[in-house]
Amino acid sequence: MSVVKMKINGKAVSGEVEPRTLLVEFIREHQGLTGTHVGCDTSQCGACVVHVDGKAIKSCTTLAVACEGATVTTVEGLAKGIELHPMQAAFKEHHGLQCGFCTPGMIMSAIDIVKRNGKNVSEEVIRRELSGNICRCTGYHNIVKAVQAGAANM
Amino acid sequence: MADTKTGVGASVRRKEDLRFITGKGNYTDDINLKDQTYAYFLRSPHAHATIKSINTAKAKKMPGVVGIFVGEDVANDKLGGLICGWGITSKDGSGMKAGPHPVLAQGKVRYVGDHVAVVIAETKEQARTAAQAIVVSYGVLPHVVDAAKAMKSKVQVHEVASDNRVFNWSLGNEEATNAAFKNAAHVTKLDIINNRLIPNAMEPRAAIGSYDTGTESYTLYTTSQNPHVARLVISAFHGLAPEHKLRVIAPDVGGGFGSKIFIYAEEVVCVWASKHIGGRPIKWTGDRSEAFLADAHGRDHVTKAELAMDASGKITGMRVHTIAALGAYLSTFSAAVPTYLYGTLMSGQYDIPNIYVEVDAVYTNTAPVDAYRGAGRPEATYVVERLVETAARELKQDPAEFRRRSFVKSFPHQTPVIMCYDAGDYGAALDKALEMSDYKNFAKRKAESAKNGKLRGVGFSAYIEACGIAPSAAVGSLGAGVGLWESAEVRVNPIGTVEILTGSHSHGQGHETTFAQLVVEKLGVDINSVSIVHGDTDKVQMGMGTYGSRSGAVGMHAISKALDKIEAKAKRVAAAVMESSVDDVEFKNGTFTVKGTDKKMAFGEVALQAYLGHKFNSSEIEIGLKETAFHDPANFVFPAGVHICEVEVDVDTGLTKIVDYTAVDDFGNLINPMIVEGQVQGGVAQGIGQALLEGAVYDEDSGQLLTGSFMDYNMPRAANMPSIENFRLGFTCTPCPTNPMGMKGCGEAGAIAAPPAVINAITNAIGVREIAMPATPLTVWTAMQANKKAAE
Repeated sequence: MSVVKMKINGKAVSGEVEPRTLLVEFIREHQGLTGTHVGCDTSQCGACVVHVDGKAIKSCTTLAVACEGATVTTVEGLAKGIELHPMQAAFKEHHGLQCGFCTPGMIMSAIDIVKRNGKNVSEEVIRRELSGNICRCTGYHNIVKAVQAGAANM
Repeated sequence: MADTKTGVGASVRRKEDLRFITGKGNYTDDINLKDQTYAYFLRSPHAHATIKSINTAKAKKMPGVVGIFVGEDVANDKLGGLICGWGITSKDGSGMKAGPHPVLAQGKVRYVGDHVAVVIAETKEQARTAAQAIVVSYGVLPHVVDAAKAMKSKVQVHEVASDNRVFNWSLGNEEATNAAFKNAAHVTKLDIINNRLIPNAMEPRAAIGSYDTGTESYTLYTTSQNPHVARLVISAFHGLAPEHKLRVIAPDVGGGFGSKIFIYAEEVVCVWASKHIGGRPIKWTGDRSEAFLADAHGRDHVTKAELAMDASGKITGMRVHTIAALGAYLSTFSAAVPTYLYGTLMSGQYDIPNIYVEVDAVYTNTAPVDAYRGAGRPEATYVVERLVETAARELKQDPAEFRRRSFVKSFPHQTPVIMCYDAGDYGAALDKALEMSDYKNFAKRKAESAKNGKLRGVGFSAYIEACGIAPSAAVGSLGAGVGLWESAEVRVNPIGTVEILTGSHSHGQGHETTFAQLVVEKLGVDINSVSIVHGDTDKVQMGMGTYGSRSGAVGMHAISKALDKIEAKAKRVAAAVMESSVDDVEFKNGTFTVKGTDKKMAFGEVALQAYLGHKFNSSEIEIGLKETAFHDPANFVFPAGVHICEVEVDVDTGLTKIVDYTAVDDFGNLINPMIVEGQVQGGVAQGIGQALLEGAVYDEDSGQLLTGSFMDYNMPRAANMPSIENFRLGFTCTPCPTNPMGMKGCGEAGAIAAPPAVINAITNAIGVREIAMPATPLTVWTAMQANKKAAE
C-alpha cells in the first residue's frame, strides 16, 4: 500500500492504494466520483475517459500511483456550479445521449478533440477521433452533431 | 394541443439528461451499501464437461473470503432454477424439452462461462484471487457449438433432448403452401445465416443483493429492464421469498437491447447468498469479458427459404425452414423469439396467400440465446427482404416496383401466419423513400463511384414488425407464462404537481420526457410539474417492463387511461366546488370551466380542493386525486417502413462504406420526434453492425468464444456510420387504431430494417446472389474473387 496524492476537480485528495489500483478505481471507489464509468476491460470503450494534466486518458488503463501529483478532471468537474460546460449543454441540446452510460467518457473525449483540433473540427475528424469511445444507443449521429455544436461554443 | 412546446409532438429536450451529462447518474455499480461484500463467479473454462469434484478448502482460507457457494449449496437450499417463461408445443403435440438450469452448475457445465461457484469476499480483488484457488476436477465431454450440426451431433447437451432439439414448431398451412410451390412459375431459393450477435449494452450487468435480518426481507438492485418480472420469477420460481418480502430496484440502467430482460444466475445468487453470510450485502459487477461469455446472445439462425411466384410475378407462397440455436440453456423468453416473434412476421409487407414456417430450436454448448433488439423480427425481415430482393432480380424487375406490386394494400389484412395488420400505407413510405434517396439518379451516382474505383450498390428493405407486446389472452394461448399488459398510477399532489408511477422501465428511451409530454397534453400542467417514477417494486405496484417496443403503445396507454380517470374525478370535484352539474364542466388546457358561465378553476386549484374536502360531500366524492389503470392491448401494433441503403465497395480491399442511408418509417403519431429519430439512428447502427461488423464466433474445436472482447468483436464506431448529411430520416403516418395516441413502437425498427438493406446493397454492388453477414472486407473481397473466377 502506498499513499497517492492528486488534485481531482480542483480539490486536493489523497488515499492509500495498492500498487495495482487503477485510476478509475481510485476515482470511483476511493473518491466516490461515480460519473466516470467502466464499460470494458480492454481499454476499448472509453466510458472511463478523464483528463489528466489536461489530456484525455483512459482511467481504466492508468495506475493510480502513476498519477501522483497530477491534476485530474472528471465529468463532475466540468460544470461551474449549475452552469454547464458548453460540451455538456450541446449533448443535451442535440440528444447526444440515450442511456447515458458512455456519455461522461464521450464528453471528456469530445472536449479533448476540440482542444487539439480547434473549434472548426470536421465531422470526419470527430468520427475518426471517437474511435476509442463506443456508444451502443445513439448510432453516433447526434453525438457527432453535439461535438460540432459544443466545439463552436467552447 | 395543450402546449405546443412541451406537449405531444414536440421535440422536448430530455428531462433525464442533466444527471447523465454531469456524472450524477445512479447506475447499479454506483450504489454501495453499508458493510458490502463482493462476489466473483468462477466460470467453466470448458464448453461441456462433468464436474467430478470441487474443492474449496484452500480458497476458503484465503484473505478476505466471507463465503464460497457451489451448486450443491443451492440444491441443498432448494433454490429453484432459472426458467423459460414461454412454453412452445412441437408440431407433433409434444412439449418443449426444457433441461434444468441451476443458478450454479450441478454435476455438469454446458458452455464456456457457465457458473460453477461464487466467491464472496471483503474486496473484489480478494474474491477474484480466492476463486483461482478453487480446484475443480472436470471430465471434459465432446461439445457442439454450431446450430446446423446440433441435431446430427452425438453430443447431448441435455438428457431430456436426445437429438438436442428443444422443439420442432410450425406455423401456417403446409399442404396449401406445398401446392403453391408445385404450381409456381418461378421459385427463388436462398440459404441464409443470421449471424449470432452479442448485445453489449455499454453498462455491464451488475447486482447487489441484501438480506435484512431484522425484517426478514430481501432487496435486490439489478440492471433490469423489468424489475417486477424479476421479483415475480425470483419469488415464484426460485422460491427465495414471497413478493412482499423481496424488493427489486432497477435504478438507472445503461442500455439493455433485450439482454437485461432476462433473469440471470448472478443476481439470483447474490440476493440468495446474502442471507447465508448473515445479511451482509453482496455486490457483483460483471466485467465486459463476462458480458461476452454469459449475457444472452441474439439471432443465430440457419435457414432455407423459398418464395413461389406465378407467371405474372405475383407471390403465391413462402416456405421457410430454420434451425435456431437457443444455446446451452433456455433463457427467460428464448423460446418465443424464433417462433411467435419470427414466423408470424413472414408475410412482411406483402400479400402472400400461403406461408409455411418450420423451426427446429436446438441446444448448443454456447451462451444462451434470447431476445436482442428486434428479437425474431430482424431474422424474419432478413429472410423476407433477401428473398423478395433476389426474386425481383431473378425476374429482372425493379426491386422497388416488384415490392410495390406485392404490397398489402387494404387494411385490416389478415396474414396466413396469425397477425392481422391494422393500418398502414406501404406505398406511401416507398414513394417517400425513393424520393428522399433520389433513387432515379442512382445510375449517375454509380457511374461517379466507378470513376473512383468503387462499386456502388443500392439495397431495399421494406420491413414490418409487430410490437407493442402484447394482448395477454392471445400470448397466453400461444404459450406465454405471463400477461403482457402494463400498469400506471397517477398521483396528483395537493398543489397540482403530478407523479406518474409506471411499470415501464427507461434505460435510454427517454420515458421521463415522453411520458411527461403526455401528461402535459392531457392535463395542461407545466412539464416541470411532472415526475416519472419507475424501476422500484416498492413504489410501483406491478408492471411488465420495457422491451418489444411496448412502453409507448402499452405503457403510455395505461398512463393515458389513468389520466382519463383523474380528469373524470377532478371534474366531479370542480363541479361541486363551482356548484354546477358535472355534465356542464369542461376541461381544456388545464382549466375547468362551467358551460355558459364565466366560472373557472385551474387544475391545481381543483387538486387542492380534492385534498381539502371542504367544499364537497366526502361521502359522495372520495378525498384525494389518485388513480390507477391497467392496460391490456387489443392487438399488436405494426410499425413499417422502407429503408434504402447505398454502399460503395472498394474493389481492391473489399471494404464497404455506407455512403447513403434513407429510413422512412411509419410509427403512427410521434410523441417526441427527436427521441424517435434517436431510436431509429441507434437501431440502424446496430443493424449496420450486424451486416458489416459484428458476429460471435465459437471455435469448433475448443468450444471457446473467440470473439470475447471489444478487441475481437467489432462494435460499430462513429466512422462506420453514414455521414450526417447522408443519413436521412423521414416519416409517414397511419395512426394505430388500437390506442388513443395512434402510436406504434419505434425502438426496434432500425435494427430490424437495416441488415437486409445493407446486404441487398452489397450484393447489388458486387453482382453476387448471396453474401454472409458480417460482410467484412475479407468476405466481400473473397466473394468478388469467386465472382470473377466464375465469369472467366
